[in-house]
Amino acid sequence: MQAETRSRPPVDWTRLIKDAGFAAAIAFGLFALLVGLKTDQTLNNQMILVPRPQTLFALVAAVFVGRLLIGYWQATRAEGAARKKPRSNTMLKLEKYGLPVAVGFLVAYPLMVLFTVGPQGAIKWIDNFGIQILIYIMLGWGLNIVVGLAGLLDLGYVAFYAVGAYSYALFATSEPIKDFMAQIIGEGFWQAWAFWICLPVAGILAAFWGMLLGFPVLRLRGDYLAIVTLAFGEIIRLVLINWVEFSNGYAGISAIPRPSFFGIPFTAADNGFAATFGLEFSPIYRTIFLFYIILVLALVTAAVSMRLRRLPVGRAWEALREDEIACRSLGINTVNTKLTAFAIGAMFGGFAGAFFAARQGFISPESFVFHESAQILAIVVLGGMGSLLGVVIASILLVGGVEILRELDFLKQVFGDGFDPAQYRMLIFGICMVLMMLWKPRGLISAREPTVYLKEKKAVSADLVQEGHG
Amino acid sequence: MTMIAEQGAPAPAAARTPLLAVRGVKTYYGNIIALKGVDIDVHRGEIVTLIGANGAGKSTLMMTIFGKPQAREGSIVYDGRDITRMPTHEIARLGIAQSPEGRRVFPRMSVYENLQMGASVNNLAWFDEDLEKVCTIFPRLRERLQQRAGTLSGGEQQMLAIARALMSRPDLLLLDEPSLGLAPLIVRQIFEVIREVNAREGMTVFLVEQNAYHALKLAHRGYVMVNGLITMSGTGRELLADPQVKAAYLEGGHH
Ligand SMILES: Nc1ncnc2c1ncn2[C@@H]1O[C@H](COP(=O)(O)OP(=O)(O)OP(=O)(O)O)[C@@H](O)[C@H]1O
Ligand SMILES: [Mg+2]
Repeated sequence: MQAETRSRPPVDWTRLIKDAGFAAAIAFGLFALLVGLKTDQTLNNQMILVPRPQTLFALVAAVFVGRLLIGYWQATRAEGAARKKPRSNTMLKLEKYGLPVAVGFLVAYPLMVLFTVGPQGAIKWIDNFGIQILIYIMLGWGLNIVVGLAGLLDLGYVAFYAVGAYSYALFATSEPIKDFMAQIIGEGFWQAWAFWICLPVAGILAAFWGMLLGFPVLRLRGDYLAIVTLAFGEIIRLVLINWVEFSNGYAGISAIPRPSFFGIPFTAADNGFAATFGLEFSPIYRTIFLFYIILVLALVTAAVSMRLRRLPVGRAWEALREDEIACRSLGINTVNTKLTAFAIGAMFGGFAGAFFAARQGFISPESFVFHESAQILAIVVLGGMGSLLGVVIASILLVGGVEILRELDFLKQVFGDGFDPAQYRMLIFGICMVLMMLWKPRGLISAREPTVYLKEKKAVSADLVQEGHG
Repeated sequence: MTMIAEQGAPAPAAARTPLLAVRGVKTYYGNIIALKGVDIDVHRGEIVTLIGANGAGKSTLMMTIFGKPQAREGSIVYDGRDITRMPTHEIARLGIAQSPEGRRVFPRMSVYENLQMGASVNNLAWFDEDLEKVCTIFPRLRERLQQRAGTLSGGEQQMLAIARALMSRPDLLLLDEPSLGLAPLIVRQIFEVIREVNAREGMTVFLVEQNAYHALKLAHRGYVMVNGLITMSGTGRELLADPQVKAAYLEGGHH
C-alpha cells in the first residue's frame, strides 16, 4: 500500500491542458460579445462600442486556470479512489475511540475554560459555546433515533422541543400547580425541586405528542412523511402563538425558575450555592452546573440510543428503515416499532426543551421555528445518519461555527464598520452544506457499525462492509 | 386430474384437515379485484406449488395469507385458527414464515443481522443452533456473515432470504418465486434445499413459481392460477403431464 502511494502514476497533463484550452475557447466564444464589447453613449448621444480586451482576457484566463485546477483535482482524486484505502475501518475506529475522547474533553471543558480565561470571560465560552452546542448535540442524538435509525424523515422535530420547553415553563410558573404542590410537598421544596420534578413530566408529554404525531403518519414514508411532520411542527408553533390564554402568545413566558443545585439555589443569599460551599458569589457556578446538566442529559440520550440499537426494538428500527415489507413478513409489529421510535425520539427532544426553558428563563414561539428543525436535521444528515460521533462533529461545526462568526471582530477592520460576519451565517451554512454533500454525500461518518461482531475473525475485508456511495 | 380445486388433494391427505385452508378468498386493490374466490389446501408435510402467468394473482394470494392486504371475502384458516383478519405480525407468530417476492433482504445490515431479524419472532431462542443449520444448508452464507447483505450477489441474497425465513422455525414456509433471476445451477440448488427441509424436518412449503417445470417436479401437489382464479389442480406429476399446462407454462422445453 505504501509503495503504491509513493509511485503515484503521473497526471496526464496534455489531456488536462487540452481540456482547459477547450473550456477557454468556449468561454471566449461566450464572452467575446457579452463582455468583450461594451455599448456606451458618447456625449452627442451616439451609441458606440467600447472594446474591453483586458477584461475578456482575464475572464478567459480565469476559466482556463480554473478548469485546469478542477481537472487536476479530479485526476488525483480518481487515483486516490483507485488505490482503495480501507476507509471504513478508520471511520469505525474513529467512532469507537473518538467518542470517549470527546466525552472526556467535554467533562473537562468548563474547568479548562475557567482556568484559561478566568470567571469573567468563561461564561461566554461555557454558555454560548458549550451549552448551546450540547443542546444541539442532544437534539441531534434524539432526532437520530427517528431519522437515522428508524429512517422516518421528521421535519417537525422542533415541535417536541417546544412541547418540552412549554411543559416545564407552564408547570413551573403556574400558580394553581404551585399551590397544589405546596400542599403536598411544601412550597420551599417545590421551588427548589421544580426543574427536577418537571423534567420527566416534560419528557413524557413530549413522548405522548410524538405518539400522537405517529398515528396519522403510520402509513406515510419519505417525502409525504416529511411534509406532514413539517406541518405538525408549524401547527404546534401556531397554536403557541395564537392560544394566548394558554401560552401567552408572542409575548412568551418569562420568569421561568432556574434549576437548583439539588435543592440549593444559585443565589447570592445565605442559603445559596456560593454561601453554602464557602465560595464568593458568581453567576459562573450556575452556568457550569447547567453545562453539566445538559452534558448528562445528552450522554443519557447517547447511551440509551446505543443500548437500544442492540435490543430487539432498535434492530427492528433499523430493519424498518431498510425494508418495511420484509419487516412485516418477519413478524415485526411495524406499528409499534414506528410509534416507539417517534415517542423515544420525541422524549429526548422534550428533555432538551425543558432544559432550554430552564436555562433561558424565558421562552417564546420564536425559539421554535422551522429553521431549528432544519438545523437539527442538518446536523444529523451532515454527521452521517446513525452516527453518534458524526452528530457531535456536525454540531460543533454548525452551531459553534456560527458563534465563532460573532467573534470575528477583526473582519470589521477589513471590510469596514458596517460589516457583521454573523449576518452571513446562513450563506456560510448553505455553502458548507453544499460542499459537504459534494465531498461526502453520506455524511461525515458514514460507515454503519454492525451491532454484532463475530468472535472468530472472519477474513472479510473492510471494503466489503463499507458503505456504497449513491 | 380435475378442473376444480377442492378435489385436487390425493386421497390420504384429503382425510386430514389441512394445515392451511383458503376458502373463497376475494382480495381487492381498491376497486380492482385481484383474487376472485380462491380455494387452496395445504396439508402438513406437503410441498404445494402455485403456478400462473404474470399478474395472475399469485403474490397477492401469498400476501393475503399473511394478512396484507386482507381478504375482503372468504376465510383463511391455519391450524384450526381463523387468520383472515389477523395482523401480519401475529400471523408470523403462529409459525408461518414468508420469503416475499424479490428477496427483500436488509441491505445495510450484515448477513448475520439479517438472520437475527429472521429469528426475532421467537426472541432468538434457538438462534445459535439455527444459525449453524442454515449455514450448513447454505455454506456461502457462512463465509459472508459479516458482509453487508446489499453487497451479496442476487443468488446469495435469495439464499439469505430463504435462510432468514427458516430462522423463525416455521411450520409453514411461504416462498414467492425463490428462483427469480437466478442461474440454472443456483435454481437447482435452491429447489434441492426446499426438498431437503421438507423431507428432513417435515416443513410444509407453499411455493409460488414461474419455473413451472422444476417446481412441479418438486411438489407433491400443484395449483394453476389464471386471472385470480384457480383453474386446475392435481399432483405435480399430473400437472406436468397435462397438455394445457404443457402448452401454457412448460413451453420452451426444459429438456
Ligand atoms: N398494490 C397493488 N395495487 C393495485 N394493483 C395491484 C397491486 N399489487 C398487485 N396488483 C395487481 O393485482 C394483480 C395480481 O398481481 P400479483 O402481483 O399477485 O401477480 P403475480 O401472479 O404474482 O404476478 P408475477 O408472476 O408477475 O409476480 C395484477 O394485475 C397487479 O397489477
Ligand atoms: Mg408475483
